[in-house]
Amino acid sequence: MEGKKETISNYVCEILKNYSVERRNLLPVLREVQEKLGYLPVRAMEKVAEALGIPTVDVYGAATFFNLFRLSPPGKHQIKVCMGTACFMAGGQIALDSFERRLDVRTGETTPDGEFSLEEVACVGCCSLAPVVVVDDFVEGNVTPTRVDGILLSWDIGKKKQREQD
Amino acid sequence: MDVSLTERAYIKMKAASINNLKYLEDKPVIRVGTGTCGKAAGALRIREAFKDELTRKGIDAGVVEVGCMGHCYAEPLIIISKPGFPSLCYGKVDEVLVKRLVEDFLINNDPCYEFAMAALEPNDIFPTFRDFPRGVYEEKMILENCGFIDPEEIDFYIARDGYSALADVLNMEPGEVLGEVKASNLRGRGGAGFPAGIKWEVVRKAGNGMKYVICNGDEGDPGAFMDRNILESNPHQVIEGMIICAYAVGASLGYLYIRSEYSQAIRRVNNALRQAREKNLLGASILGSAFCFDLEVFSGAGAFVCGEGTALINSMEGGMGIPQHRPPELAVSGYLGEPTVLNNVKTFCYVPLIMRKGADWFKKTGTPGSPGTAVFTLAGKIAGPGLVEVPMGTTLRQLIFDVGEGIPRNKKFKAVQIGGPSGGCLPEQALDIPLDFDSLEEAGAMMGSGGLVVLDEDDCMVGMARFFLNFTQQESCGKCTFCRLGTKHMLEILKAITRGEGDMASLETLRELAEDVKTGSLCNLGKTAPNPVLTTLKYFRDEYEAHIKGKCCPSLKCPDLIAYFIEPDKCSKLCNICVGSCPVEAIYTRDNGLKAINRDKCVKCDNCLKACPPEYSAVIKVSPPGLVEEREREMK
Ligand SMILES: Cc1cc2nc3c(=O)[nH]c(=O)nc-3n(C[C@H](O)[C@H](O)[C@H](O)COP(=O)(O)O)c2cc1C
Ligand code: FES
Repeated sequence: MEGKKETISNYVCEILKNYSVERRNLLPVLREVQEKLGYLPVRAMEKVAEALGIPTVDVYGAATFFNLFRLSPPGKHQIKVCMGTACFMAGGQIALDSFERRLDVRTGETTPDGEFSLEEVACVGCCSLAPVVVVDDFVEGNVTPTRVDGILLSWDIGKKKQREQD
Repeated sequence: MDVSLTERAYIKMKAASINNLKYLEDKPVIRVGTGTCGKAAGALRIREAFKDELTRKGIDAGVVEVGCMGHCYAEPLIIISKPGFPSLCYGKVDEVLVKRLVEDFLINNDPCYEFAMAALEPNDIFPTFRDFPRGVYEEKMILENCGFIDPEEIDFYIARDGYSALADVLNMEPGEVLGEVKASNLRGRGGAGFPAGIKWEVVRKAGNGMKYVICNGDEGDPGAFMDRNILESNPHQVIEGMIICAYAVGASLGYLYIRSEYSQAIRRVNNALRQAREKNLLGASILGSAFCFDLEVFSGAGAFVCGEGTALINSMEGGMGIPQHRPPELAVSGYLGEPTVLNNVKTFCYVPLIMRKGADWFKKTGTPGSPGTAVFTLAGKIAGPGLVEVPMGTTLRQLIFDVGEGIPRNKKFKAVQIGGPSGGCLPEQALDIPLDFDSLEEAGAMMGSGGLVVLDEDDCMVGMARFFLNFTQQESCGKCTFCRLGTKHMLEILKAITRGEGDMASLETLRELAEDVKTGSLCNLGKTAPNPVLTTLKYFRDEYEAHIKGKCCPSLKCPDLIAYFIEPDKCSKLCNICVGSCPVEAIYTRDNGLKAINRDKCVKCDNCLKACPPEYSAVIKVSPPGLVEEREREMK
């Protein structure tokens, strides 16, 4: 555990080197930390607060205020279901329900094995393909419950192949 | 005539750009649309297919990645320009068509007209986009180059007269530039429609200290994507507009505030900034003049309220995105307390055009009160979804039925939602309202971001109101009590109604709360949040009443008020498709071979209804759910 803390601090220090000590760099720094670590661990937020000379609670405030930031590690694969207007109308909720049912998690959670995390996003700009699901960075259009099964199945198959190869 | 320093620099630069693009002359050029929408539909695969096929056949042709033309319904979309033929646009391209086009068109001179959508230039052989209803109404100003130029190569923009307005402006007095923008009566396209020139003037007059120019690309409306599209397809137009603005007001630094989710836009804008700097269009002594200005990208962190000016500034300063009291206006005290111009992406896009062609040219389009064009995203139940640009004053009817080609599958139009979470739902009788800032506000809606969602008879208006309120409630920053708690209470009422647990008295409470939230909120998020509820209450009260009195959702949408049922006289006993389609094994076979649905297991996912072959169409939805028992009893 101690070792992990050290790496977090090191990463954060590395990132902070590129920024001047000014409050207005808070969001860009947090962004970069999250890009590096996948989420914002408490230790990282403390470090950022210390470096920028602002109260930790302000950093925590910003991290919880903005939808971009997450406070727990994401799954290996991120499933984002579009809940924009067009997708909502075309059955986005149905797709979201299907993922919740199949993965046995609620929106915003990660599966216990750390494989998938399930999230909602607002319009990803492909309304003509509604309902849309973004799996990692790949956009899937016209997602029905059957397609949900298909998406998950293809990951399962991929994983099995991987295991056979190893 | 005396040619100025900046103009000479520009002429040289343009010649160089044209020269750099020489490699595309005299040979076929294939343009592949790789905006986010194109990519989602497989544009990258198509690009690779073309490249492979061209190499395999040994053909010398250029493959260029361009932005989005706005015909989202036809992605992936390509344009082929071959010397001797008009440029032709093909939609829904797949690998098979790629092979055919290379073989038949590029090698054998047969353009496969049967697959072409339209030609780009007028010709004797094939109709152009102008010949379709959509083209008749559409008038492209700021979208003109989107989908034709490569957004990652500045040469394309310069070769089409890009940055020529800047070169001219640098020879004018800043006051003259401001005068032209004021004369054009350009109104802000971010929603409120405040005249840009007046805002700029305040900043210009605010002394000689540090000033900032910020472009609002936060685009939080969950159903709109035009700003992203412009940033992805033609970033230089925005940048040129911002430089001109900075020159007019005397700013030396600017930011493009772009939503974090728009990773491709952020990447392309950063790339464009780098190229502009290399050409001395940004930085110190721009084009050899005495003017210095630089731009940076600031990526937002995903909060709708940050689209509001003061909240946006707060978040840039490292605080939470919470709106502040105005005055002082941003033009007086904005970023880091200095005078700041904040305009929408589209607003800046018009600036180079106005400077190049004049305020009078701009005012020829649109209405006297709202000159110019308006950009809309068409989505929902519409045959031709996508991005369109029409003159201000076009009616909703023309936009939906002519430009958007009407409602698909012969369904009936019910309403159009305009302006996103701050806008409203307008019914059939409001379709003849001309689209401009003032007329829409009178009707209780708002231009807002320009997101336009069409609803048909299958869409539930109460559900729609609930959707938008849910959004604003989640995005409320929590500063104002009414906005924080009022919207929550309203949402609870709406949820109860969609569950069939509402009462008539709650409709009155809902209306009163809506008025309170409107008056008791500081920023426009709260002030406009009740709009979707108020407009649906006004125009679709009967649907609210059906939910409350009859516990019935007339559009068969609200999950708690519907049930699925398989009609015995339509079900073919021999077909098992629905059984297989059900993700939760809720469908079983009765003793007589007919299928039936176990209501306790059913998750209302619509799968069986879609799976049932059209010749039977045996699966139906009923509301209220109790009707199923009635039917079951009848059967016995
Ligand atoms: C809740 C809320 C969200 C907003 N979102 C945006 C947005 O996404 N993009 C935008 O340009 N303006 C948005 N605005 C409007 C801005 O506050 C501001 O009026 C606009 O950026 C000014 O530019 P304009 O004069 O060019 O329209 C929003 C306003 C509010 C109250
Ligand atoms: S609403 Fe889902 S992509 Fe636009």
